[in-house]
Amino acid sequence: MVRDPHGRPPIISINGVSKSFPGGVQALADISIEVAEGEFFALLGPSGCGKTTLLRILAGFETPSKGDVFIDGRNMSRVAPNHRPVNMVFQSYAVFPHMTVAENVAYGLKVGGGDRSGIPARVEEALELVRLAGYGDRSPQQLSGGQTQRVALARALVKKPRVLLLDEPLSALDAKLREAMQLELVRLQETVGITFVIVTHDQNEALSMADRIAVIEQGRLLQVASPLELYEYPTSRFVADFIGKMNLFEGTNLGCAGGVLSVNVNGLGRMDIPCEDNIEGDVGLAVRPEKMLLYDHRPDDRLAYEAIVDKIAYQGSETRVFLSTGDGINFEVSVRNASRRAAAESASGSVWVAWHPADTLILRD
Amino acid sequence: MSRRAPPGPLDYGRRLWLRFSLWATFLFLYAPILMLVAFSFNDSRRNIVWRGFTLKYYEKAWNNDSLIEAFTNSLTIALVSTVASVILGMMTAVLLWRFRFPGKAPYEGAMSLPIIIPEICMGVAMMAFFARIGWPANLPWPLNLGAITIAHISFSFPFVAMVVRARLARFNPELEEAARDLGASQWQSFRDVLLPYMRPGLVAGGLLAFTLSLDDFVITFFTSGPETVTFPVKVYSMIRFSVTPEVNAASTVLIAITLFLTTIALWLQNRAQSS
Ligand SMILES: Nc1ncnc2c1ncn2[C@@H]1O[C@H](COP(=O)(O)OP(=O)(O)OP(=O)(O)O)[C@@H](O)[C@H]1O
Ligand SMILES: [Mg+2]
Repeated sequence: MVRDPHGRPPIISINGVSKSFPGGVQALADISIEVAEGEFFALLGPSGCGKTTLLRILAGFETPSKGDVFIDGRNMSRVAPNHRPVNMVFQSYAVFPHMTVAENVAYGLKVGGGDRSGIPARVEEALELVRLAGYGDRSPQQLSGGQTQRVALARALVKKPRVLLLDEPLSALDAKLREAMQLELVRLQETVGITFVIVTHDQNEALSMADRIAVIEQGRLLQVASPLELYEYPTSRFVADFIGKMNLFEGTNLGCAGGVLSVNVNGLGRMDIPCEDNIEGDVGLAVRPEKMLLYDHRPDDRLAYEAIVDKIAYQGSETRVFLSTGDGINFEVSVRNASRRAAAESASGSVWVAWHPADTLILRD
Repeated sequence: MSRRAPPGPLDYGRRLWLRFSLWATFLFLYAPILMLVAFSFNDSRRNIVWRGFTLKYYEKAWNNDSLIEAFTNSLTIALVSTVASVILGMMTAVLLWRFRFPGKAPYEGAMSLPIIIPEICMGVAMMAFFARIGWPANLPWPLNLGAITIAHISFSFPFVAMVVRARLARFNPELEEAARDLGASQWQSFRDVLLPYMRPGLVAGGLLAFTLSLDDFVITFFTSGPETVTFPVKVYSMIRFSVTPEVNAASTVLIAITLFLTTIALWLQNRAQSS
């Protein structure tokens, strides 16, 4: 289901890859992913879910226990890391401390042998690409974290790989710099046109940068989708909860008729949700906090429940309001602070929490 | 009159007792050496009181063929055993750092045995070993130093391995992987990344091995044949008859050589680091 407008075969295809480490840790279980040429692809998941392991399998530092990896149409199972058409930006950046910035960038060009005359120009070009022109003679000890990261980028990009692998490249940077580098990475990817596979455990990073995101949990692939699809239409409780904030309700399926699913939600009563196909078995319902609104009277065009405000967390652009009903159901509502006055007036006491039935997600997993 | 501020918590230099212990340490460490050097220029046979400056004991030492031979033997053994210990120690350290294999823990323990077992036991063991395997005597120089050199390597290389191992513990394995990722073969990534990283440890371990070999007496005493005398053994036999300034002169030269080599090694290391 790779959408490539030119009908080209996927640049990466991971077929049923599993990985167990000695000692019985199953890091990956039957992962299948295809990445299209030129895509900005993100692997997202909580710590320890196997993201780095999958990336290292692509780079050739780990071998899958089961399954194959094809890169650029070639089976990689017997190809050593130094012969793969991929390059990697390591989590620790791994910039060689005993070489200057220029020597670092030139290393990959020199070590392969061949013609050396073009190397200085290509190094200069790569440093310009990451906005480090003129830093060639510095030693890595004289660079800031963001600059070191860009050296690692230049060093990998100068080899013109088919795929660039990045392992949490921004996790060591502070929040402001991280945001700037997110944009920078997207710009860079558009400039060089190389396929990027980036590992991250930061959902905002994945949402704002990637064309598509694969969510992994405990070595299992849960969903591969575009950021919008992943956020608005998660298919499992884990993804719904992991990406952004979510109000989750458990309920009993009362049946589906005429495009409407009726669910008896514990503590809230019957809810009628529009649905497309027939759904059987117990379901979970989920609503994003920003899709919910607060009213001081009961609105009649949407689902509404009376609740008491427990706690308020002001966060600048929005205010998070935590509420609960007498039956012990909790809501989290996010209110956008569209004006200073709205920001100053916080909800209190008894209010109505309401949302459109169409904004309710039906989760089966 | 201005009162001096009381010493701060880290103003160790201004605390009297600390200053005292510092000077006492210097005194006990270096006074004997300074004495040895000074009296090598003393114009007196008995070498107890200062009688005036002379270089004649240097000349005498230079003309003492057996002393010069012992000196040359010592330097040769030290050089060969240092080079061998550095290579062997480095390989051992990399092996222990990189691989997991059955029996690794016992191997690691056995490797540090030469560091902990008493020298005298090691000397006797070496002697018995060479006698048992029938190590040939009366070989031409420098082959006649083989037994001593082997003994020296066996007690020096664990020190090199320990120093290098300690340094490797802080090595970021992603550096080597980065080299591989950029197209380096296994050998290239070893040469370009791991070796430069280990260099300070190799230099320090090498210096250690050199001095260990140069001044070893006990083990050498047991493994040396009648014709293969090293400097410490020779000095010991000379001193048994009388303490002559000749010994002082030869020792001073040895100190000078050691200092010179250490300086060169440190300078090389500094240059490698700053470039
Ligand atoms: N060499 C190894 N030997 C044994 N277990 C390993 C090895 N490498 C990783 N693991 C285990 O495999 C699992 C996945 O590890 P991995 O490094 O891929 O996680 P991750 O998703 O990158 O996590 P993080 O976000 O913390 O970096 C973890 O449980 C980890 O302990
Ligand atoms: Mg990781």
